[in-house]
Amino acid sequence: MQVETKYAGEIVVEENQIIHFPHGLPGFQEEHRFLLMDLPDGGLFYVLQSVETTGLAFVVAIPYSIKKDYSVDLDDATQEILQIEKPEDVAIYGIVTVKDPFSKSTINLKAPLIINIKERLGKQQILNTDEYATKTPIMEGDA
Amino acid sequence: MLVLGRKINQSIQIGDDIEIKIISIEGEQVKIGIHAPKSIDIHRKEIYLDIQKENDEAAQMPENFLELLFQNKQDS
Repeated sequence: MQVETKYAGEIVVEENQIIHFPHGLPGFQEEHRFLLMDLPDGGLFYVLQSVETTGLAFVVAIPYSIKKDYSVDLDDATQEILQIEKPEDVAIYGIVTVKDPFSKSTINLKAPLIINIKERLGKQQILNTDEYATKTPIMEGDA
Repeated sequence: MLVLGRKINQSIQIGDDIEIKIISIEGEQVKIGIHAPKSIDIHRKEIYLDIQKENDEAAQMPENFLELLFQNKQDS
């Protein structure tokens, strides 16, 4: 199928590349299907593109690349909803709020995206901890 | 909005499978117990709103974000 993307124009994807978010994301409950895209020279950063809404795309990053000791406790409900059987099936991303200059950008470590890469199911889980902030600086995460 | 008066240990049933119970009241602090299916996410409102706001902000990505990212790589 063809998907019109915000940053890479029209691309062709297989249905099995789409990640389903059964409950959408907070603020975007109607958005259930996303694509995780590499960026040319993106380094640590990827784009989460809505399949339905061309204008909706998030920059995401793997939290461990910014905060090495980051850890997420997946609750039973999340494991059940995402049909997680093995830790290897899980990929975790943080949504980045991009600023100008880029070095001032922040990553949301309080509410990471949990994705079952095998089943292509995703959810933004709000962590029950004050340890991580919604606006963690990407440049001094380990400070 | 429906407003109901409840005492300690009394509950409210919402639909078939959600129960909200008043566990204790101490001054201005009320402890509430909630029984709900796992598929329903339960959050403190202010935290949920905070995440919603952050998602909204993240979705308003600068149009030139690819340039910003590229510049950042060159600077570092």
